[in-house]
Amino acid sequence: MTAAAQPQPSGTRASQAAPRLDIDALIGDRAIGIIVCCGSGGVGKTTTAAALGLRAAEQGRRVVVLTIDPARRLAQSLGLTELDNTPRPVQGIDTSAGGSLDAMMLDMKRTFDEVVLAHAEPGKAQQILANPFYQAVSSSFAGTQEYMAMEKLGQLKQSADRWDLIIVDTPPSRSALDFLDAPNRLGSFLDGRFIRLLTAPAKASGRAGLKVFGIGIQMVSGVMTKILGGQMLHDVQTFVAALDTMFGGFRERADKTYRLLSEDETAFLVVASPERDALREASYFVDRLEADGMPLSGLVVNRIGRVVAPGLSPSRALAMAESLDDGTGPRSATNAAGVLRLHATLVRQAERQRELAERFSRGHPEIPVAYVPALSQDVHDLESLREVGDALAE
Amino acid sequence: MTTDWTNARLHIVTGKGGTGKTTVAAALAVALASNGRRVLLSEVEGRQGISQTFDVPPLGTEETRVARTAGGGEIVGLSVDAKAALMEYLQLFYKLGRAGKLLEKFGAIDFATTIAPGVRDVLLIGKIYEAGRRRKDGKHRGASPAAYDAIVLDAPPTGRIGRFLSVNSEVADLARVGPIHSQAGSITTMLESDGTVVHIVTLLEEMPVQETVEAVHDLREKGLHVGAIIVNMVRPPYLDDAALDQARAGRLHKPSISTQLSEAGVKVTPDLLDGLLDEAQNHALRVDLEREQLAILEETGLPIYQLPALPDGIDPGEVRELADALIEQGMVK
Ligand SMILES: Nc1ncnc2c1ncn2[C@@H]1O[C@H](COP(=O)(O)OP(=O)(O)OP(=O)(O)O)[C@@H](O)[C@H]1O
Ligand SMILES: Nc1ncnc2c1ncn2[C@@H]1O[C@H](COP(=O)(O)OP(=O)(O)O)[C@@H](O)[C@H]1O
Ligand SMILES: [Mg+2]
Ligand SMILES: [Mg+2]
Repeated sequence: MTAAAQPQPSGTRASQAAPRLDIDALIGDRAIGIIVCCGSGGVGKTTTAAALGLRAAEQGRRVVVLTIDPARRLAQSLGLTELDNTPRPVQGIDTSAGGSLDAMMLDMKRTFDEVVLAHAEPGKAQQILANPFYQAVSSSFAGTQEYMAMEKLGQLKQSADRWDLIIVDTPPSRSALDFLDAPNRLGSFLDGRFIRLLTAPAKASGRAGLKVFGIGIQMVSGVMTKILGGQMLHDVQTFVAALDTMFGGFRERADKTYRLLSEDETAFLVVASPERDALREASYFVDRLEADGMPLSGLVVNRIGRVVAPGLSPSRALAMAESLDDGTGPRSATNAAGVLRLHATLVRQAERQRELAERFSRGHPEIPVAYVPALSQDVHDLESLREVGDALAE
Repeated sequence: MTTDWTNARLHIVTGKGGTGKTTVAAALAVALASNGRRVLLSEVEGRQGISQTFDVPPLGTEETRVARTAGGGEIVGLSVDAKAALMEYLQLFYKLGRAGKLLEKFGAIDFATTIAPGVRDVLLIGKIYEAGRRRKDGKHRGASPAAYDAIVLDAPPTGRIGRFLSVNSEVADLARVGPIHSQAGSITTMLESDGTVVHIVTLLEEMPVQETVEAVHDLREKGLHVGAIIVNMVRPPYLDDAALDQARAGRLHKPSISTQLSEAGVKVTPDLLDGLLDEAQNHALRVDLEREQLAILEETGLPIYQLPALPDGIDPGEVRELADALIEQGMVK
């Protein structure tokens, strides 16, 4: 037990340890055109993205927020009920500063279909869309969501005259790094040796390609046919061959979007909850951004426990609760004891969270941090988004 | 609907990421292993969650005992690896010597285990299927008793579980003939039998509950049996219902609390008193939210078991504590 723990309002020590993240300066900076909110699952990326978007819009920017998986009630209050994969205006925002807010929710399958339709010749496009492998890859391939988020970002960027700030939420993966790595995985799927091999017979050179590999290929494809069945191999071949004709352009686009992420107009925000795992992920991610030369603006520590009552240490509160709660006192004694126990728990939790956040900041002393308290309700209306926005900017 | 899992031999544990799937799967395995039973606890994502939870060295592809129970039971851990499963499978059906290496060399193994949609999942579940059919003598038929009395699977999260478990029928469609096709068929039969139940772990928060409810529908639609909902990390309220009502309305009686505090020796300032009442109000709102979520879960009609939030995190001792809670609440007989 940490009897020595000093009672303090939450956040004060941590905010001394790390520079404060100036959110209003960030969203007020017209040179910033893209803000990407990253972090591990469930930490509040979508919430932060929406809160930032709302705040920026109400301060006069023309904003579009690309959300990936908003909680249902948040989606409703953003008007994301039409799932047509394009941004729609959000109702109920204050436009007096001249800004606007559009929002959309990513539909990854649809985005993939759109890419196919835009890049392949009409006949071929239908062939791809109907292929069972395409259907599996476009709706379940690990990384497709990240890839399509990038694709969508690229598309939004191209209609940049409608917006001057794009805020991007990232998919709910376990690791924040997935957002950066996943698109490559799809690329290596197509560049993979086995895929090359499978497509070789379909290429114009006929069977000449096979000679390169000698008899090995026949054996391999013989075994694969036996195991998977000839139809499956055939489907893979037509799928890959069809995609191949259009994928040059596809991959180029992804590369372009990836480059966009390292430009000066982009800012990354890493979101974490004040927990060990989430902060460790944040730490990996920060290191990776640095290694890749990507512009990091700061860390958002979301859902910090709130302690309001000043000057009462947890050990003291618990000792008193004990003495009040001997079962002989009046009801108000039981209530007082309950309130004191609650207070002790809150202070302990806040101390633990602060310690974790400080540990992050000791490892990354130069990274600005914003702290957002846990609201007593889930964040799913504009009002509570504004509250989160205020806390971000505090 | 049944709350009696005595028929079930395969327990699949899913839930939103971070809700405690691995912890609950471990606790369930320990609970099932009481009374001298032998339980296989397996994971399929290569995360080493089992070895971390039981504080043992990382699991390889071998089945390894990770814990014993007081009643002479044991928990055997397995981290199923798709590549190893495919090689084993090829060996079993084709006695591949050189060809296995060639497949590896040409990237076919990588293709099949990481990229070919669905094949990876078939291999992973296929291994569980194999372990489930295995007898004590190592054969897969005959009179020898089953190698494992129960199998617990720390499965992919709710977002992927429906696809993970139905992938066999999908693959059966993609691979229309051949051994993958026929194996996929038997696996589907196993998964849809009442020997298999899927349990969902959740917290009393909006998004995990929403995912739980969606998963229940999705799994039922796919013909799978949903077992129980396990609410993890439950924190009991600090105030009784009457006091919560007052706290929510900001009407906890200040003077009497103030008197109690002074009597207990606290110097009561207005800031302190207001602060404490503010904290109590927040607490009341949180409790409301949690009860609202619990009510949503109750609508599914499924049995609900609750596990406490343990203050110091999870170590092997704590897993046993959670296992006891599951037994006490009757999830495991
Ligand atoms: N009842 C509990 N009391 C206290 N801590 C818990 C409890 N259950 C789980 N935890 C802790 O919560 C964290 C997440 O648990 P766990 O790893 O079991 O979740 P998971 O659903 O398997 O996560 P993932 O989706 O990442 O696989 C761990 O640090 C674990 O120790
Ligand atoms: N500061 C906060 N206070 C209270 N609830 C929050 C806060 N931030 C997020 N939440 C809630 O936590 C849940 C997960 O948040 P979300 O933004 O969807 O996470 P992510 O996008 O990182 O997965 C949502 O139900 C949201 O309302
Ligand atoms: Mg999200
Ligand atoms: Mg896990």
